[in-house]
Amino acid sequence: MAYRSSQHLWRQTYRTVFRSTNPNVLCPRLKSKSQLPIYSASTFVLQRFYGSKVGESGAATSVSSSLKQAEVAKFAAIAETWWDIEGPFKPLHAMNPTRVSFIRSTLCRHFRKDPNCARPLEGLKIIDVGCGGGILSEPLARLGATVTGIDAVEKNIRIARLHAGLDPSTSSIEYSCATAEQLVELNREFDAVIALEVIEHVANPSEFCQSLAALTAANGATVISTINRSMRAYAAAIVAAEYILRWLPRGTHQWSSFLTPEELVLLLQRASISVQEMAGFVYNPLTGKWALSDDVSVNFIALGAKQIHRKAL
Amino acid sequence: MVGMALACTLASMPLTKSLSIAIIDSNPALGSRKHIPNDSIPDPRVSTVTPATLSHFKDIGAWEYIKKHSHAFFDKMQVWDYTGLGYTRYNAKDVGREILGCVVENKVLQSSLLSRLQDAGVGERIYPAKLTSMSLQSHFPSAVDMLDIETSNYSSRTSGDPKRHGCLAKLDLSDGNTLYTKLVVGADGAKSSVRKIAGLKTTGWNYSQHAVICTVKHATENHCAWQRFLPSGPIALLPIGDTYSNIVWTMTPHEASNHKSMHEDDFVKAINHALDYGYGPHPHSNLGFIDKFSWLAGGAISSMKESFEVPPKIDQLVSERMAFPLSLMHAHEYASHRVVLIGDAAHAVHPLAGQGVNLGFGDAICLSNIIAEGILVGSDIGELSLLKKYEKERKMANLTMMAILDGFQKAFSVDLGPINLLRAAAFHGAQYIGPLKRNIISYATGEQKWPLFG
Repeated sequence: MAYRSSQHLWRQTYRTVFRSTNPNVLCPRLKSKSQLPIYSASTFVLQRFYGSKVGESGAATSVSSSLKQAEVAKFAAIAETWWDIEGPFKPLHAMNPTRVSFIRSTLCRHFRKDPNCARPLEGLKIIDVGCGGGILSEPLARLGATVTGIDAVEKNIRIARLHAGLDPSTSSIEYSCATAEQLVELNREFDAVIALEVIEHVANPSEFCQSLAALTAANGATVISTINRSMRAYAAAIVAAEYILRWLPRGTHQWSSFLTPEELVLLLQRASISVQEMAGFVYNPLTGKWALSDDVSVNFIALGAKQIHRKAL
Repeated sequence: MVGMALACTLASMPLTKSLSIAIIDSNPALGSRKHIPNDSIPDPRVSTVTPATLSHFKDIGAWEYIKKHSHAFFDKMQVWDYTGLGYTRYNAKDVGREILGCVVENKVLQSSLLSRLQDAGVGERIYPAKLTSMSLQSHFPSAVDMLDIETSNYSSRTSGDPKRHGCLAKLDLSDGNTLYTKLVVGADGAKSSVRKIAGLKTTGWNYSQHAVICTVKHATENHCAWQRFLPSGPIALLPIGDTYSNIVWTMTPHEASNHKSMHEDDFVKAINHALDYGYGPHPHSNLGFIDKFSWLAGGAISSMKESFEVPPKIDQLVSERMAFPLSLMHAHEYASHRVVLIGDAAHAVHPLAGQGVNLGFGDAICLSNIIAEGILVGSDIGELSLLKKYEKERKMANLTMMAILDGFQKAFSVDLGPINLLRAAAFHGAQYIGPLKRNIISYATGEQKWPLFG
């Protein structure tokens, strides 16, 4: 498996962030922590997985309810097809083994577990943020972890519970319809917090990273995957995936809300998480298979470790 | 045998060691670890194991058990036909190896694999019964069921009732047991009941040939595998140990029943006649020009220098004669949800090249690797997408071998002048063209995956 070392990453970040004099080099979403204007309904960007944003006071405020209804309804309409391998979620099912393979090997390395056994994640408490139908939660449970899955769409949770109940090895997964912020309020903590393909749909990624960090226990790990804001990703994830191959409904992704690896590293750093490992996913159209690689120009995934701050005396 | 090899392979890999395996086999010999005495007369039911399969047995630790019993390596092979127009000799030294194959009794393979499995301590259970019925639930309830489920508050756990078996496969056995499992592997031979119950269709045809098998004794030791193609089918003489050899004689059903019932001495005479001067003359060995053209031959010359030899004369018949009908069969799909077929349940071939069980062992190795890959990424091992990966890998290889063997069977069953000459040319080609010979040997011994192009 190929991925960048954190030193290489630091060099990249330094070059992009600190050497550049243009203040607009970063995504405008990172500039302030305040609430940002809602994108227009037609662009579909608003938190598909999150029904509410957390304001400065910490109380959950709901977004314009008509939009939320439309989003939820659109998603609920295809919710039954989560587990149809040939259905609209086929690309996600195809990509899933590669994601699980990265998570498995990096978590084993982080928590010093033996990767050569059938259930290496035994004893770890993991939360899958934005779990959808449970496509990631189930393999993690089979690998031995104690899994909690949360999603903002009620129908997804129902589907996930139903499917997980069919297999004795996954029937202990705890599913709930909630947001990360709500769990932070309940002071829940997990050894590993995983949010795959979520951050590009969130209006405030900085707040989101803070929530994920708050859910991570000391010495725990945070895994985030998203799509890079690059020209190649525009061509592949939007033009090809939404318009040509029709893998995703049009308007699923908004290019301007993608994050570059450097930005993600910075966001996580502000939340006291230092990125240790990163890899890209590449799709081979000839074989139809996904693979891990060094190439982070389209899809990429990163694992960060929670830093414990020592207070100065 | 193939199913047992799969269980052994799974038990020897760290990722799959913790799988709970149940073996359902009504064969009475399976329950006990009976010691097979070494000096007993070899059973006529034998298999020729290729070096590739042998190295796999060594990897999984089964070879230690097999080598305690009688087995025979052979490093030479001679193939010719009744027309006397050509012959081919193969030698393991042509490809730089020491053996071309190993002949082992089926009961030895079965008991060695079972002993290895039991010693591995993975807690497998053996059910000496037959499968009576199987039900495979559909893999996801329809949308109608979902509407009745209450939405509970967000902190509740899924009520995982351990007795609910959801979408597992349910098997009913003839002794009254009911088993629930994630994956059913059908390794129950050409008349597979797993395949019938799962509704997997097959294509095939009967060869209108029966094979008569028996064990014979001869005066000298034999380390060569002999095969002579006669008008109604090939006769093969395979060493099984010491001065014993195994005969596999393919002929028409009528002749087969004659040969099975005729007196032992007449049968021995018939064998000697078939192997020696019966039906046609011996081929000539053209050794004179080999030395002049050895630079052209391109290697593999150790067997080119060997002249035609007559097989050893058989002294007596030492076992009962068995006859089996021969056919070709191939399943359209090797897998469906929660069910997969390996070995003869998926494909049956003509025994003329000793490849049948080796294809099955290849299936077992491939399936165990695929299952390990599935466990590595936490997927459900009975999931169709995973099983289709196994099918994709094995189907092409199996079909290629089957096509070649079927081609041989048809080519040698025609007695027409031009076809005979073509066969003679093929014999000469295989005997004297070095690269072709090396290719043939590598493919037949399992070292090379595809014929001709490696």
